[in-house]
Amino acid sequence: MQAEAANPVIEFRDVSYRVAGTQVLCGFNLQVQRGETVVLLGRSGSGKTTSLKLVNGLLTPTSGEICVKGVPNREADLIRLRRSIGYVIQDVGLFPHFTIERNIGLVPKIEGWPRERVSARVAELLQMVGLAEEIATRYPHQLSGGQRQRVGVARALAADPEILLMDEPFGALDPLTRDELQREFLLLQQRLHKTVVFVTHDLREALRLGTRIALMEAGRLVTVLSPAEFLRSSDPLAAAYVRAFGEGLESAANRGTT
Amino acid sequence: MNVFRYIAHNHQQVLELTLEHLRLVGFSTLFAMLIGIPLGIVIAHRPRFNKPVLASANIIQTIPSLALFGFLLPVPWLGERSDRLAILALTLYALLPIIRNTFTGIRGVDSAVVEAGRGMGLTESQLLLQVELPLAVSVILSGVRVAVVISVGLATIAAAIGAGGLGEFIFRGLAMVDNRVILAGAIPAALLALLADFSVGWLERRLQPR
Repeated sequence: MQAEAANPVIEFRDVSYRVAGTQVLCGFNLQVQRGETVVLLGRSGSGKTTSLKLVNGLLTPTSGEICVKGVPNREADLIRLRRSIGYVIQDVGLFPHFTIERNIGLVPKIEGWPRERVSARVAELLQMVGLAEEIATRYPHQLSGGQRQRVGVARALAADPEILLMDEPFGALDPLTRDELQREFLLLQQRLHKTVVFVTHDLREALRLGTRIALMEAGRLVTVLSPAEFLRSSDPLAAAYVRAFGEGLESAANRGTT
Repeated sequence: MNVFRYIAHNHQQVLELTLEHLRLVGFSTLFAMLIGIPLGIVIAHRPRFNKPVLASANIIQTIPSLALFGFLLPVPWLGERSDRLAILALTLYALLPIIRNTFTGIRGVDSAVVEAGRGMGLTESQLLLQVELPLAVSVILSGVRVAVVISVGLATIAAAIGAGGLGEFIFRGLAMVDNRVILAGAIPAALLALLADFSVGWLERRLQPR
């Protein structure tokens, strides 16, 4: 357990979630500190996405509670809460009938920012995520997958939220684009210091982006480790992950030498 | 004297009955939209209600139109004026395509988009007005289009209860065994149906997202 658990930005307190008789999440405890990137790593169905949706109140826990900045979610105004949290999902979920500018500027606009401030913010964000400004007037279907995902990140950052929830944001991208976006995510994070919860099933991505990795299996939190600890961990599940990815790498690298 | 000469000769009355016809179709479609679209939205969000609502609309559709006009005749306020009655009956018939298409249109909106919107902090009404309805609008309008075309045809039967419209010519022609008179009602009705189909279709394309 971490010692500097002073004021966690996000805290899961003994959270369980059950739907239609299935225990999706069970006795989940986790604290996320300001400015860190916690990666939830696990296979499909391990409860990673559910955990994210519990943070922004898209789901309500069956028992236990989630606090964001010290306020329990069930006492919070969920609309306000969600607007203060950036949310990026794998399918991006860009509004197909809105231009890129309207997509990115939506939350600022409904928050009542004046129009010039919204456009200035959109231009700033496009630059920040490495997109040309001309893209602002296009529609999502006119962009490539990588560009759309960048727009998704820009949209999540629009109202300058302190917290970012990212649900396999780079999962559907080709390896080169994914690598590029991961690198840019790290650069962005160096500047912005957001508190990030990042869901993935890719150990490589977890090691690269995470300051801590929360390993999940069948609705339970197995262990929370730093990337360096993870590689040396004696935990059987962590070791299995390292082996699965490590062996893949080695055998690929050694092909043809034996 | 062929049909067109008959129409030209009675153009005043053809015009009058066409306007009457349009009035029946216009009001009933308007009412059906005012009832059907909200109802379609509600059942798209509350799956519990979709079976009973769609089934009721379906059953109404199976009642023969002439019988429905007859059933409604003794209803107090309605029975006093046959055009009220005709508008109600036509409204009931127009409900099914409008409810069903609104339901399918809203349900067909990509759930990732809706989830993203909700996750960003859109309220339910913002989600409906800015995301779901704009994305479903062309499906909803194609339901309206079907409803209008059906109504133009059905409204001819309203003449049987004295509600006017182009059916007057048709019933008169039937009684007189005179095809010209029948066609004087049928041709403008067919043209109206085509016109309505074309104009709602145009609107549908105009409002299509992207």
